Amino acid sequence: MTRRFVLHAVLLAGAVLTLAPLLWMVAASLMPSGQATTYPLHLVPHPVTLANYRYLFTHLDLARNVVNSAIVALSATVLSLLINSMAGYAFAKFRFRGRDSLFRLMLAGLIIPPQVGMLPLFVLMRQLHLVNSYWGVIVPSMASIFGIFLIRQYALSIPDELLDAARIDGASELTIYRRIVLPVLTPILVTFAVFMFMSTWNDFLWPLIILSDDAKYTLPVALANLSGEHVQDTELMMAGSVITLLPVLIVFVALQRYYIEGVTAGSVKG
Amino acid sequence: MGIERAQQRAAYALLAPAALLITVFFALPILASLILSVTDFDIYALAAPGNARFVGVRNYADLLRTPLFWTAIGNTLYYVAVGGPLSVLVSLGAALLVNSKLTRFKPFFRAVYFTPVVTTLVAVAIIWKYLYGLHLPGLPAIDWLGDRHWAKLAIILMSVWKSFGYNMLIFVAGLQAVPQELYDAALVDGATAVQRFRHVTLPQLGPTFLFVSITTMIGYTQLFAEPYVMTQGGPLHATYSIVEYMYEQGFRWWQLGSAAAIAFVLFALILVGSLVQARFRPAETS
Amino acid sequence: MSRGAALALSLALVACGRPAATRDVTIRLWAIGREGEVVRQLLPEFERTHPGIHVREQQIPFTAAHEKLLTAYVGNATPDVAQLGNSWIAEFASLHALEPLHPADSADYFPGIWETNRLGDTLYGIPWYVDTRVVFYRRDELPLLPTTWTPWHEAMRRVARPGRYALLAPVNEWATPVVLALEQGAPMLRDSDQYGNFEEPRFRRAFHFYISLFRDGLAPAVSNVAIANRYQSFGNDEYAMTVTGPWDVGEYTRRLPPAFADRWTTAPMPAPDGDPTPGASLAGGSSLVIFHRSAHQDAARALIEYLSAPAQQLKLYALSGDLPPRRSVWQDSIMRANPKTLAFRAQLDHVVALPKIPEIEQICITIANYAEATVRGALTEDAALAALDHDVDHILEKRRWMMRHGH
Repeated sequence: MTRRFVLHAVLLAGAVLTLAPLLWMVAASLMPSGQATTYPLHLVPHPVTLANYRYLFTHLDLARNVVNSAIVALSATVLSLLINSMAGYAFAKFRFRGRDSLFRLMLAGLIIPPQVGMLPLFVLMRQLHLVNSYWGVIVPSMASIFGIFLIRQYALSIPDELLDAARIDGASELTIYRRIVLPVLTPILVTFAVFMFMSTWNDFLWPLIILSDDAKYTLPVALANLSGEHVQDTELMMAGSVITLLPVLIVFVALQRYYIEGVTAGSVKG
Repeated sequence: MGIERAQQRAAYALLAPAALLITVFFALPILASLILSVTDFDIYALAAPGNARFVGVRNYADLLRTPLFWTAIGNTLYYVAVGGPLSVLVSLGAALLVNSKLTRFKPFFRAVYFTPVVTTLVAVAIIWKYLYGLHLPGLPAIDWLGDRHWAKLAIILMSVWKSFGYNMLIFVAGLQAVPQELYDAALVDGATAVQRFRHVTLPQLGPTFLFVSITTMIGYTQLFAEPYVMTQGGPLHATYSIVEYMYEQGFRWWQLGSAAAIAFVLFALILVGSLVQARFRPAETS
Repeated sequence: MSRGAALALSLALVACGRPAATRDVTIRLWAIGREGEVVRQLLPEFERTHPGIHVREQQIPFTAAHEKLLTAYVGNATPDVAQLGNSWIAEFASLHALEPLHPADSADYFPGIWETNRLGDTLYGIPWYVDTRVVFYRRDELPLLPTTWTPWHEAMRRVARPGRYALLAPVNEWATPVVLALEQGAPMLRDSDQYGNFEEPRFRRAFHFYISLFRDGLAPAVSNVAIANRYQSFGNDEYAMTVTGPWDVGEYTRRLPPAFADRWTTAPMPAPDGDPTPGASLAGGSSLVIFHRSAHQDAARALIEYLSAPAQQLKLYALSGDLPPRRSVWQDSIMRANPKTLAFRAQLDHVVALPKIPEIEQICITIANYAEATVRGALTEDAALAALDHDVDHILEKRRWMMRHGH
């Protein structure tokens, strides 16, 4: 049917438009220096060269920034999984004084732009001697109101009988959390882990502020620093962009099912 | 009773780490900002706190008298007014296409359209900065990022590209939640596709629409990294956003009192914008 | 030896650490932009001649330098040594961020430049390289640039024609109007730099001269963002002169065809009529400073001493085109190789420091804003100067308060 054909043609055109900048980025990263900016326009590198990547790793030590990003993103993800799942479970399955008003108050915090507290937070970090350190980047992001909300919504569906039965059997709350709750929460935890990894990996402003030593820069900050200096070297910039994007794209493609489910679930229920 | 007490204790223990972190690293700085905004805390005060003075609403009054503040507000409102609807429309369009019953390979298209969302903003800004500098044969030679009239639009286009996939997913979820019976009933009544869209789909999407438009608006009021990386707020402050102004006041001039005042003005803008949109939500028709 | 004893011995050796004789120290150096790249080449020699001191250099992009330095100060994360624009010295000194310096020789340095590093009786930085502003002009049209204002103005009229301007002075840049003010000897601020002083005669004259250039059609009313490529424009005959700094010697040479190089040259600033020539210009450039919180002050001083040595300043020039702040270095034949740098040599004997207060950068930007508004016809000159005084008074309000309360 022509309608189906037109529909798919439009979808395909949309897909090409969407991916074009990224595909071009990869192509340019493989071009020899200067080829990306010469006219007529080159769409295909000729010859294909890895020189830009080599330069990034040998002269500019980008590997260190990759490691920094990995350390920060993985630590933040693991820690936040623990902290936020505990809180989400508490809000969902326990009754305590002020629970609902506390939850609503917390949600109200979502509307406050993150930049509001950034400067005092920076000064606080200085008092705690966390400036220019991994922890300085990780600590403020460990507790996530969004994450607590997401997990709490999902945790509501844990059957109370399951928990009560375990309590009657004499299991401690810690054991219940570890042995029963966590396994049940696994799907939403995967979703949240992907979200957390992506957002910490891509975080730019806070690491820019808190890190002053270029040996500690995460990739987005290193990339911004690079682009401030090597404005003319487009191919090099593109190679840097590819390296920055690759890990998070891989994580997304591998786990996209969970992530997309989580986004849609969170929005419909919310 | 013993069990209940034990449960309460457990609840507090489970909440404690998150509560502590949120209080210390989120609530406290916000409170500090509120206090700072009524002082003239600046770099002198950083050297010695005794150099800060209580100034009441002077920071806020000064902002109102500063042309650059109004420029930043104007730019930000432009981003919201142009970028917001554009973003919502593109996402809705993509959602309708992807969700259509005729569409095959749905997961593939969903993933492709979502890819820009996943990307690192700094990396993407660099790519687009380059793309905007290209002279493509056939297209008028516009210096997208260097021309005062086009720069904001250029930034919005990039922002729409980067984020439409996220709202697309939300719209898809909303579309799938529309009860099929409503469509069937409309078909029975002889409604065309356009009429079905207007009288069934749109009203049913009301809450989703509201959610998407509020979150999109919030996103555009907080626009920072795109102008920061691509144009540094230029040319001549044409793309200078309110968060950039706050960042410069805070981290370049160390006028912390002024920066805090800007932050709260921003917050007030978002609050007002959200309330206004909630008030004007499309009425649900049955 | 029994295994137990061997283990104990090796543990003991580890516990004692290395012998106390070596005190390996690593100091951190922050340099900005091009200097950040170039200084790396000077460091191996330093490390060779100063065994035990290692230098870790970090390059900061120019656009983010001021922020990064201040953020580092606030965050207690400053390096040991840094390159600091000399207009920022007052700001950092007022924060007590910098360590006072006591160098052995100052006589070799240009006095105007040396001054920018002094606050009261204390020296906070050693000049590393200098810049100032001179006139770049088409020598094929004006064999010799006039040395005083009125003939200069006449010459500009002669070379201007439809589609071609005499002078390029982007309206959003503060250097040109400020240099003209310095030439007039305008103090710009009064009462120990507590109030604006823009309505007094000298600044008025400078401001009027500047505005008249645009009114008479000698300079285009454009901002630097609207100019796609000022070098190409020069090559395309769109303007005959501009006021700029040493970095542009390299830029104008590199970006234009080699044949064009003979068609332009540099000259020191013309002085107001009746004043000694050449006129005054900006005392710009960067200094090397030691942060107060550095734990390795001796090593830091050694590094600064090394980088300030004439041999290293000459090398810096060779690598980056940055002009040396020491007069003796200018005698070297390498400095004479490019005749276009000679104007800078003459100018450097006549440079004036801007008021040494933290707010100075903001004040200069305000001057540019009002100049631009006047050029574009939004304000009369009188109204602009009054508003400028008003605004600068406001900027300095905190400073006045601090001084009143003895801070």
